[in-house]
Amino acid sequence: MCRLIALTSDEPQSPMVAMRALDVMREGHDGSGVGLFLSDLGGAFETLKGLPILSGIFSGEGVKRLDRYMTSLGFVTRHNISIRNSKTPPPGTPRRDTYVICAYEYPSAWEGLDQKEIQERLLLARLHLRQMGEEHEDMIVYSFWPDVIMLKEIGDPLKVAEYLHLDREELKARVILAQGRQNTNYAINLYACHPFFIQGIASMTNGENTAFVPIREFLTSRGYPGYVGYQSDSEVFTHIAHYMIHSLGLEIEAYKHIITPLQDEDLQSHPDAGFLTQLKHSCRRLIIDGPNCVMGRLPDNTLFLVQDRKKLRPAVAGGRKGMYAFSSEMCGLDAAIPDRDKRKDFQPMHLDTVIVPSDRSEVRVCSQVEPLALLH
Amino acid sequence: MLASGTLSPSSLSVKDLLWQVQWDKEKCSLCGRCTAVCPVQAIELGVHRKRIVQIPPLAEIGPATSSSNVHQVYHGIRQRTDPAYACNGCAMCNLVCPNGAIIPQRSDEMDKQRFHMNRGGQARSRGGRRNVPDSLNLGVLDRIKFIRISMLTDPALDAGRHEFELRTLLGRVLPPEENLRLYRENGWIPPVREIYPLIIGSMSFGALSPNMWEGLQMGVAYLNEELGMPVRMCTGEGGCPPRLLRSRFLKYTILQIASGYFGWDEIIHALPEMKEDPCAVEIKYGQGAKPGDGGLLMWYKVNKLIAAIRGVPAGVSLPSPPTHQTKYSIEESVAKMIQSMYMAWGFRVPVYPKISGTSTALSVLNNLTRNAYAGGLAIDGEDGGTGAAYTVSMDHMGHPIASNIRDCYLNLAKLGRQNEVPLFAGGGVGKNGKLAANAAALIMLGASGVQVGKYMMQAAAGCVGSESDRCNICNIGLCPKGITSQDPRLYRRLDPEKVAERVVDIFLSFDTELRKIVAPLGRSTSLPIGMSDALAIDDRNAAERLQIKYVV
Repeated sequence: MCRLIALTSDEPQSPMVAMRALDVMREGHDGSGVGLFLSDLGGAFETLKGLPILSGIFSGEGVKRLDRYMTSLGFVTRHNISIRNSKTPPPGTPRRDTYVICAYEYPSAWEGLDQKEIQERLLLARLHLRQMGEEHEDMIVYSFWPDVIMLKEIGDPLKVAEYLHLDREELKARVILAQGRQNTNYAINLYACHPFFIQGIASMTNGENTAFVPIREFLTSRGYPGYVGYQSDSEVFTHIAHYMIHSLGLEIEAYKHIITPLQDEDLQSHPDAGFLTQLKHSCRRLIIDGPNCVMGRLPDNTLFLVQDRKKLRPAVAGGRKGMYAFSSEMCGLDAAIPDRDKRKDFQPMHLDTVIVPSDRSEVRVCSQVEPLALLH
Repeated sequence: MLASGTLSPSSLSVKDLLWQVQWDKEKCSLCGRCTAVCPVQAIELGVHRKRIVQIPPLAEIGPATSSSNVHQVYHGIRQRTDPAYACNGCAMCNLVCPNGAIIPQRSDEMDKQRFHMNRGGQARSRGGRRNVPDSLNLGVLDRIKFIRISMLTDPALDAGRHEFELRTLLGRVLPPEENLRLYRENGWIPPVREIYPLIIGSMSFGALSPNMWEGLQMGVAYLNEELGMPVRMCTGEGGCPPRLLRSRFLKYTILQIASGYFGWDEIIHALPEMKEDPCAVEIKYGQGAKPGDGGLLMWYKVNKLIAAIRGVPAGVSLPSPPTHQTKYSIEESVAKMIQSMYMAWGFRVPVYPKISGTSTALSVLNNLTRNAYAGGLAIDGEDGGTGAAYTVSMDHMGHPIASNIRDCYLNLAKLGRQNEVPLFAGGGVGKNGKLAANAAALIMLGASGVQVGKYMMQAAAGCVGSESDRCNICNIGLCPKGITSQDPRLYRRLDPEKVAERVVDIFLSFDTELRKIVAPLGRSTSLPIGMSDALAIDDRNAAERLQIKYVV
């Protein structure tokens, strides 16, 4: 089933807050893996906000090949906090050579490129590294993006976190997404672990996506290089969000109208019926049909949370001024933000999208039956 | 004949016939209903002469006594053996017999009659179906299993209580980027209809009796207006009754135009008076029962009413040409014709072609993907039925639907245009009674919906046709059930109200069965088009060909 926790806080928080929240929700995951996404970083990376950070797992040989490749592109290492641990890993966790977390200076040749071009190049560099790693099985690359750190590993979340000393100051972040894995369908492949990431958009999911195959066919046939992978049926949620924002120019409020559109009666009485009908028709191939709770982060550090059409998965949103969290279970939220007004906790239902904007000013709930702010 | 008599090559015995009428003298009440009802006059009054040899008791036998013969006569049934009057197995005799004294039975060996069904050099033509019995060795569609059952990894849905939206789209669906751009710019967006994925396929007014057609239409109207199921029915190439053209029910109708253009004079003239647009226009280029051959309505059925609606003289056979005579190339046939039909309704009605299953379907499809107007593609597989066709066309021409539709879908997926040109599959869907399973299999192979004809005739009106060459006389207007006849004495047997009730029954039960298939697969909010990971078959070659799983 997996358990999810997403945090956003004015003050940088240690990833351990999320790990402890996952630990109290351990009945909902089997300790088979953990995924961590950090952004709006504190610590040393705070001053390096514009610089891309590479996250991944590398063998000794992989690190060398990484260095050669990055040098060939013209990247220069600016700050490296790569984790090496000689101690025996916890049961179930393989021994790795290096968990790379490294910020680079952009190549001088990239100067003057527009933002979009830089973003495309960062994506291609990550995909190239991923491909290199798959050829020699010496590198696994999670992200290569400014102000983003990712880490995924097999094993029990808390034990892995302690083993890797994730409580270090440099890893503190204002936005944290973490997933405790319940291994079901697929063999444990680190690329199948949540959260998934593409160009500043990250998401993680609880549940299985039964419409996975047709959605994957749609995404892969867009001809966009980033729509690859799909070791997990949940990766399409991230890519749908990316497609919606980048190709369709829509905001996150439209996300549910794509993945779980309104049924006819509700649609016809909706103020934006015309637009939404067109959206439903042309995006029919992206309708998810599983029991899914999706939590995600947008490039501006906005957090969002949506449920499937039948609300078959648990999730709760809550917090206090300056710190909010989404959690699969109430106990996870209690662990992360114990000093909140619990009366204001909100469990989103089948029409709701919960949004915490990057300024953490509020928890905004928008319902699918409300008018959309559109077409700008 | 006498034992010493002569034979003609086509002299057959009852044993040589495909259907042999078994008659029980003991039970027969000589009421004559069977001979009256037989559509092909296969049985007639038999006056049988029988000799009884009377031998006196031994004690009475003397030199002068001789045995005596008494010749008695009894009445009953005689089966005619002339192939022109061969029993077709419809069993109406059995239906009307008060005592159950008569029943046709299929020959226990291959009949000899088939070698003589071409008298006067006329190749056999008939109505009905392909007559390739595979009810024991089920066809590919029947053997496809749905294996991806949700249980613990995700909850199975409740077919009875969860909400379902099993709808499909008919019409050109644009890529999302283009669709939203056109919406913003107030551009022309191709019309798209949200319809029920089970469509009553094209059976013309003329091929069907007025009562059958009316019954189907009433059923469709009820499903739409009372039950909220957007079921659509295609007219076939026979025009449309004038009152329907001018009624609000036209929106539930897909008008078909084919190479004979029958009825289109009436339709064009009704345009200014139409209250509603039709659901869509189907341009027929081919049909599964007789691929590459035009439609055919034999003269028997062209009475005054049919002639008036079609705009032709009565009493003549109406063979449509195999191709649209004014069109010489795929550009003209597809591009221009589709555009012309759009123009007729001000670009508000989707227009799509229907072809027979063929290995050239991909070429047609590729052409359609480049035509911004093509609203879909209907493909009618080799098992499609018909009101009239040459036997050789029906039995041997055409392409099975499963791989045809799968190839087309995968081709679209490769182009990134899956579901943009919705594919509709027809031809033998439910031919062994497994309508929902066949439809679901085709949908998961990539069809956006399915078209059914024969199933409707069997389930809604009691057509007796079968894959065993039973009945199959739709072509000559003698349908004993009144489904395909144009003779009021026959079609009054069929009550349109009852047909309508059965149509509703069929769709409701189909809907339940479809939910019972998709709910365990975890699907409910969208039709699982192309969900091939749910499919498997116990035949490695078929699995490989269809790119689905192989299971044993």
